[in-house]
Order: sequence, then C-alpha cells, then structure tokens
Amino acid sequence: MFAFVLRRIAQAVLVMLTVGFIAFALFRFVGDPVLFMLGQDATPEDRERVTRLLGLDQPFYVQYAKFVGRAVQGDFGLSLRQVQPVSRLFVERLPATLELSFAAAALALVAGVGMGVYTALRRDSWLSQALLALSLVGVSLPTFLIGILLILVFAVMLGWLPSFGRGETVALGWWSTGLLTWSGIKSLILPAVTLGLFQMTLIQRLVRAEMLEVLRTDYIKFARARGLTDRAVHFGHALKNTLVPVITITGLQLGAIIAFAIITETVFQWPGMGLLFIQAVGFADVPVMAAYLCLIALIFVVINLAVDLLYYAVDPRLRIDRAAAAH
Amino acid sequence: MSPAPLLEVRDLRVEFPTRRGTLVAVDGVSFAIEPGEVLGVVGESGAGKSLTGMAVIGLLEPPGRIGAGEILLEGRRIDRLPAEEMRRLRGRRIGAIFQDPLTSLNPLYTVGDQLVETIRTHLELDRGQARRRALQLLDEVGIPAPGARIDHYPHQFSGGMRQRVVIALAVAAGPRLIIADEPTTALDVSIQAQIIALLKMLAREHGTAVMLITHDMGVIAETAHRVAVMYAGRIAEIGPVREVLQAPRHPYTVGLMGSIPRLGAGAGKRHARLVQIEGAMPRLNAIPPGCAFHPRCPRRFERCGAERPELLPAGAARASCWLYG
Repeated sequence: MFAFVLRRIAQAVLVMLTVGFIAFALFRFVGDPVLFMLGQDATPEDRERVTRLLGLDQPFYVQYAKFVGRAVQGDFGLSLRQVQPVSRLFVERLPATLELSFAAAALALVAGVGMGVYTALRRDSWLSQALLALSLVGVSLPTFLIGILLILVFAVMLGWLPSFGRGETVALGWWSTGLLTWSGIKSLILPAVTLGLFQMTLIQRLVRAEMLEVLRTDYIKFARARGLTDRAVHFGHALKNTLVPVITITGLQLGAIIAFAIITETVFQWPGMGLLFIQAVGFADVPVMAAYLCLIALIFVVINLAVDLLYYAVDPRLRIDRAAAAH
Repeated sequence: MSPAPLLEVRDLRVEFPTRRGTLVAVDGVSFAIEPGEVLGVVGESGAGKSLTGMAVIGLLEPPGRIGAGEILLEGRRIDRLPAEEMRRLRGRRIGAIFQDPLTSLNPLYTVGDQLVETIRTHLELDRGQARRRALQLLDEVGIPAPGARIDHYPHQFSGGMRQRVVIALAVAAGPRLIIADEPTTALDVSIQAQIIALLKMLAREHGTAVMLITHDMGVIAETAHRVAVMYAGRIAEIGPVREVLQAPRHPYTVGLMGSIPRLGAGAGKRHARLVQIEGAMPRLNAIPPGCAFHPRCPRRFERCGAERPELLPAGAARASCWLYG
C-alpha cells in the first residue's frame, strides 16, 4: 500500500515535469521575449543586457530548472497583458471555476447514478426509454449549443435566471464565493447544468451498463436465493460492485469538467480560469497560458491519485496483501 | 410415503416463450421429497434438472416461466405466491447452493457481513446475536478458526472453504429444504468428498431435505436416498437409489449406467467396452412425439412413438416406459 502510493507519487512528479517542460517551451517558441519587451529599435547593448537580466543567456536546462523552481512556488512571472503576477490572477479566478466545476460534477454524479440505476432496474418502463433517448441528446449536442439553448429558454424567454456573470459574491478570506447569495446561486444554475449535462449522460449510461452486467452475476443470483430484499440486492450488492469503473470515469471526468469549463465560461461570461485562458490566448499572453497548462495538469494528476486511493476503499481484493490469504 | 411430503411437485412445466413458439424445457415433472430425505436429480446438460430446481425456489429467469403444474411446500402451494412472500420463503424455508463457490459470494463484503445480513433478513436477532450465530455456522460447516476467518473476504478463502461458506449461508436461517445445484462440480475431487459429507451431515442433524442436482452418478450413489433420472425435460425413472443404480428399468437409465466406467468386478473382463447411447438428446424445439427417448431406444416398439408414457411401476421404482405398461 505505502509502496504503491510512493510509486504513484513518483509517476505524478514525472508527469508534472514533462508538462512543465512543454509549458517552458511555450516561452521559447512563441516569439522572442526580448524583442517583445524592447521593441524593434533597441540597441544590441540593451538587448544583451536584458537577455542577461532575464537569464536567457544560460543553457536551456538551467533556465528550465529555474522555471520549475519558481513554478513550484507558484511564481509564473507577470502577465504580459495585465502586468500583474500570474499567480494573483489565478487565485482571483480559481474559486469561480472550482465552484462551477464541483456544482456540475455533483449534479452529474447524483443525477447520473440515480438515472443509471433506475434505467437498469426498470429496463422496460417508458421512463427508462425516455431517459435513454434523452441521454443520447445529451451525449451528442455540443456544450456551447446546450448553453445557448438554455440561455434562450430560461434567461431570454422565461426570464427566470441570469444569462451571464456570477451574481453577487461574498469574500471568505481570499476565496470569493457565490454560493452564499441568492443571485450567486441563481447565476450558477445554468452554467452548471450546461457543463454537467454531458458527464451526467455519460455516467448514466456507464452505471446502467455496469448494473446490467453485475445483475447477471452468480453472487446476485445467490443473494436472491438467500431471500435478501430487492433493496439489499440492488443497492447493497449490485450498486457497490459497479462503483470501481464509475469512480474511474467520474474522476477523469471531474478533471475534464475543470479543463473544459473554458467553453461554458465563455458562453456565460463566467469570470473563471477558462475565461482568463481564452483571453490570454487572444493576446499571446504566454505566462498565463503556461500557468494554466501546469495547473490543469496538476488537477488531473491529483484526481488520478485520489481515484487510485479510492479503489482501495471500495475493493477489498486490492486492500489486503495477497500473502495474508490463507488456503 | 407419509401423507404430507415436505416438497411436492405436480406436473411441473417450465416454458420459454420465443418468437417462434414456446419452448418447453421441463414437461410434466412430478416428484416429492420427504423431510430429511436426499433426492438426487441426474441427467445430461439441458435435461431440465437445474430449471426444475430454479422453479421450486422461484428464481426462473425471465422469460422462463412456470407454464403449468403445482409446487407445494409443507402442503402449501408456493408457485403462485406474490414476489415478496416468495422472497421471505427463500433462505428461510428453502435454501440454495450453486455450482461455483468462486462466484457465489460477493467479493466486496466479508463472509461475516454476508452471513449476518442473511441471518438478520430472516430472523429477529440483533447484530451481536447474529454474529454469534454466524460464528457457530462457520464452525459447523468446518471452517477452522472461525473467529479469525469471519472478518475475511471471500478471495481469502480457497475454493472448498468458499463452498463451505456458501453452505453456511444457505442453511443460515434453518431452511427445511436445500436445493444443491451441482454443488461439487467446480471443486477438486478430494474436496468434493468433504463437501458431500458435510451436506449429508447437515441434512441428517437438522432433518433438512436436500434436492441434489448433479450429473455425477458417484455423488448420487454416495449421498441420495432416492434418485430421479431426467431426460429431455421429463423424469425417465425415479426410485430408491440402490434399485435404480443396480437394476435400472428405463432403457435410458440402463444406457446411462452402462456408460459409467467401472474399476471393480467389471474391469476384469479384458475386452469390456464402455457402452454408449447412440445419438444425442433432442433439442427443445425438436422433442419427438410419444416417449422422448424412443428414437434412441434399443427396445422401442410402435406404441413408443405414438403415446407418451406416464411414470409406471417398475420393480421398486417407477419408470416412464411402455415396457412396464
């Protein structure tokens, strides 16, 4: 167990170093920073001075090491466009994206598992058929289209919910939350539904398929033969056995939700990291892009690690040392 | 026979509706099991043995269904019970053991959890009492050091030990009847004997009746009091085990006994060859009219292809064969 965790952490560090290298390479290939800072008319002396000041005269691996060293401390330099530390920009935007992502993920998980279990147990009911048909729509429609449709219906036609922004926020230390005000919660609904819909249908289909598989197994048959209640058979025995693949997919999807919040944030003008990134791309704001890349990679790595540890919590076959098994 | 057997099955018919008509997998099967009796049910794969067992415990998988007939447990009809009442009967009055002990236990729960869950589903016991009963059961089925093993997961047990756990689960609520569907097929030969001995011991000590479904004649000879031989969804012959094994009456049973290799007296003859029944059991959609066995029967005559024989007295047993009509 301990060795396993150590190994996974080592792998995670390796992944982060690789991603860091790609982010680092961005600086070198997206234009010449010295030219960018001094303009065309600088004298060769000025250019040389700035190059030395920025450390660009050193071999690339020294530069890379310094980049990594600063990145570990959260220092990605100054945003070229807003002339503020990149880290501060991200800290301002992070709460918005995380609140949106977790709301979407919670929605996807709760509704997805619920609908998946229902459609597996009541395979032939009309509601199951309807949910399955609906899930096809959810899987096939692109996110931005769903967002625009929701805005059209609930913001423009019905006027129930706001179409953009975060509403009022409350500051809790450095964290600004929209969950404590009514307008903040109302603003969250449409973007969260938009962002979570695809994942929800995915989880629903996955849970359904896994449940159908598990319900055919011998231990379910034997559980019925022991006279256990349907409730115990379905939720105690069947659902728990579907959880391992569901945890994997949900974990990966949580990363995807955070990363692909870009589109939803753009549609709803949600002031999160995704919007920051899109604006940075427009201005070739390399430090912001590099930082975003590293941050998203970090989120994926952390989630993967958490998922691996969750397996242990769910499946005893992984938990116990094989040597301990007596025969 | 005493007036009220523990289990009585009358003219049971199990059918599967399909797009091209209804397939009849079990047809006109009748038998009874007395309290404490072990009834062996033998036959080839697809003869309808397991389906008969599943019908009794009410776990036929749709679209399979009971098309006709009655099943009575302790004189009470159970084949038409509402699902919830049938569920309460399962485990409490009728237990079941399936073929593969490796896959019969839920891998995510300890054997103790699974025992306690089963016990508390059927008996009014609190957690502590149920756990004590679970320990007692594990001890009774011969799990060494039950106190340590109760909190282990199924994958930590060997195949034979797991089948013992499965048996403990099946008898947890003290059922009167156990349906054991090929309980030893998936096990090593050396383990088979132990499991059979355990089943026999439990049946004797608790007065539990056993419906032992198997295709292993050796297991039947060792364990059962009576035996029912099934062929193409029907009972070919039923009677006391010694009678049926030593003096089979139905030509199918005769062929079946002849096809068992013997190491004892028969082995002395140098050129003794194993007898083989010509042909194969018919498919469900092509069961011949009259006696289902007649196309393969060495002793058939006209009546066999025209009329279906009932179970007719043949010695101490009964056989569905016109030879005894």
